[in-house]
Amino acid sequence: MNPLTGPGAWAGIALLALATLAFKLVGPLAAGRVTLPPRLARAAQLLPTALIAGLVATQTFDAGVDDAKVAGVLAAVVAVALRAPFALVVLVGAVTAAGLRAAGVA
Amino acid sequence: MPSVPVPADDAPSADRRLVLDAVVVGAAVAAFGVAFGVAAASAGMPPWLAVLSSVVVFAGASQFAFVAVAATADPITGAVSGILLNLRIIGFSLALAPRLGATTLPGRLLDGYLITDESAAIAFEGPPAATRHRLRVAGASVGIFWVAATALGAYGGDLLGDVRAYGLDVAFPAAFVALLAPALRRPGGLRLALTGGIIALLALQVVPTGPAVLLAGLAVLPALRTPEESA
Repeated sequence: MNPLTGPGAWAGIALLALATLAFKLVGPLAAGRVTLPPRLARAAQLLPTALIAGLVATQTFDAGVDDAKVAGVLAAVVAVALRAPFALVVLVGAVTAAGLRAAGVA
Repeated sequence: MPSVPVPADDAPSADRRLVLDAVVVGAAVAAFGVAFGVAAASAGMPPWLAVLSSVVVFAGASQFAFVAVAATADPITGAVSGILLNLRIIGFSLALAPRLGATTLPGRLLDGYLITDESAAIAFEGPPAATRHRLRVAGASVGIFWVAATALGAYGGDLLGDVRAYGLDVAFPAAFVALLAPALRRPGGLRLALTGGIIALLALQVVPTGPAVLLAGLAVLPALRTPEESA
């Protein structure tokens, strides 16, 4: 069964939603009585960069080396280097892969 | 409340600017929402569940991570990836708190729910006394655009059929590349991202996708030992 359907997926989303809401509410509910230890605050600030980079790597190579997909991701990296907005970056990546597949190159 | 001081900047023109800022940020979030909806539907998530997750989680990058990791691993590992990404929200939430001041419990719950990367940024821009008003206007705009765009992407993406032909399987890694952009421009950001990516790739040789993503988080450890470097 697809892991994104059924009770397992609902439980995963419920867990993510509850934890996220708890993070969001810490400030308004504690109203200035709580501060984060500096090292933990720094880790929380840096973690997204490391994790998202990990997601780029795993999502690019999740099905082995697919040349069209790798080319699409590289095109997205170039778009980011050229400061393209979010939607354009995704579009450039997808169109590159689709084009290479349609042309039968990769 | 009888005597709420009206902030000097809260003139009609400031309010119009706020609404404009909120709509511009909302439109940017909408692009991300459509991409998320399409990616979630193409990965096999029922469209209604994708939309529900945008309402109850309301934290875009973590929802993207949840779908990406859950699709190849399991939903709990997916949730843990999203939770680690969202730890940063504690920072915004605590930083906003002193500027929000006292209000009723339902008011505080609403303020918390509306905190996102984008709404927090807009809330911080104005004078401290306007923080709650700015957070609510920006948060409402971001929320409406986010949920509507997710629905558009999820129900529209469901009709597309073979997603590989459109290159939509690249939407996940490409979206994550786009999300990295601001971090890469900060000092040390590129090195942190490369370290995380390399750890994940090496880990992928021996463990499944989910744990490989979580292990990438270890890349922050060297930065924690040298607290003088900027983030």
